[in-house]
Amino acid sequence: MKTTATAIAVIVALTTTAAAELPQPVKARQGQFNIMALNLGVLGGMARGAVEYDAAAAQAAADSLVAVSTLAQTAMWVPGTDNMTIDGTRAEPAIWDNLGDVISKWEAYGAAAKELQAVASDGQGALGPMLGKIGGTCKACHDSYRAPQ
Amino acid sequence: MRRILTGLGLAALVAAGIAWVLTAPSSVSSATYSALTGDAERGQSVFTAAGCASCHHAPGSEEKLILAGGQPFASDFGTFYAPNISPDPTAGIGAWSMEELANAVVHGVSPAGKHYYPAFPYVAYSKIAPQDLADLHAYMMTLPADATPSKPHDVGFPFNIRRSLGGWKLLFASDDYVLDVPPELERGRYLVETLAHCAECHTPRNSLGALDTARWMAGAPNPSGRGTIPALTPNELDWSAEDIAYYLETGFTPLFDSAGGHMAAVVDNFSQLPAEDRMAVALYVKALTAPAQ
Repeated sequence: MKTTATAIAVIVALTTTAAAELPQPVKARQGQFNIMALNLGVLGGMARGAVEYDAAAAQAAADSLVAVSTLAQTAMWVPGTDNMTIDGTRAEPAIWDNLGDVISKWEAYGAAAKELQAVASDGQGALGPMLGKIGGTCKACHDSYRAPQ
Repeated sequence: MRRILTGLGLAALVAAGIAWVLTAPSSVSSATYSALTGDAERGQSVFTAAGCASCHHAPGSEEKLILAGGQPFASDFGTFYAPNISPDPTAGIGAWSMEELANAVVHGVSPAGKHYYPAFPYVAYSKIAPQDLADLHAYMMTLPADATPSKPHDVGFPFNIRRSLGGWKLLFASDDYVLDVPPELERGRYLVETLAHCAECHTPRNSLGALDTARWMAGAPNPSGRGTIPALTPNELDWSAEDIAYYLETGFTPLFDSAGGHMAAVVDNFSQLPAEDRMAVALYVKALTAPAQ
């Protein structure tokens, strides 16, 4: 009984530590992608007609997408945080071999987000094609730099 | 004793002879293909659906239609390198007839009569409609030629004996569809099981690298690299058909995560196909059944 309790305590301690051990830069970059997904979801719901179009909400979501694109990336992509080195990330080591290419792909996302920002409150019709364009910039980077699940 | 040995020797010779015949490369019917004329414009959508460029463009190149080859595909059997399939007459397939391309795509056999490794998904492609193959040939000949020689595969003994692939094909190559579907799902099945060869990554493999059809689309380790390819079966994937079609158009999941790895290239291809084709794929996926436990 005591052994079982100790074993459980050890397992709990280990799992808690494992979850807490994800380095802050990794949590930060995953957080920014989550903010992007959340806001893309708001716009995507309207684009696909699942949610009624709301100009103010669409504009706020587009503004947030642009805001994320302005965050400095360097501190979030420290060496040693790739998926060969640590668990809990799908970031391929190739990112650190091609930082120039990665940055230019991130800038392409920012440019697409700005285009969306300019038309987000003009009506539901503009959202679909612009989301397609932003999705294209996501894929362009994920193709080489993000591992499957 | 001597007679027994002679008998054994003869039996071995006969067995070897039978094996040699059984492992011989197959070929398509000349009559079928000589009667066809390819349409390059239609061939472009066959080419896109089949995802040819995703594996055959040069590593890291943004020029996806220059099919110079060279991308590595690591496996348990060695590392395969996608060959040059640009229309260069020496480095690529520029000198190939429509029938020679058909033998490669349908039977996995080169113009010189050699078996290809199944890293090239000819088991899926074997069900291609002859007219689609003719159109594909016409289209591929319009692409830019590139003179980069194909890189030899890095495959050790015994897998480097090409003839043994004839035995592999005998055991595992089938031109039957896996899923029985009603007529309205046939287009989706043709796209998923044949052209887009989705099962190559989404279905687990046995120890000889053949797809385990009993766990069709049930998810698998990445065949070439780290990570897992997700299951498409209903026990794992609860997206609606509309969600799947939208994912194939934009790369966005229902929670607006975005496709990663090779799937990003697949979405790039599907985004160029008609919306009806994306929905056809989605409806096929919704018709999949969970694997038996």
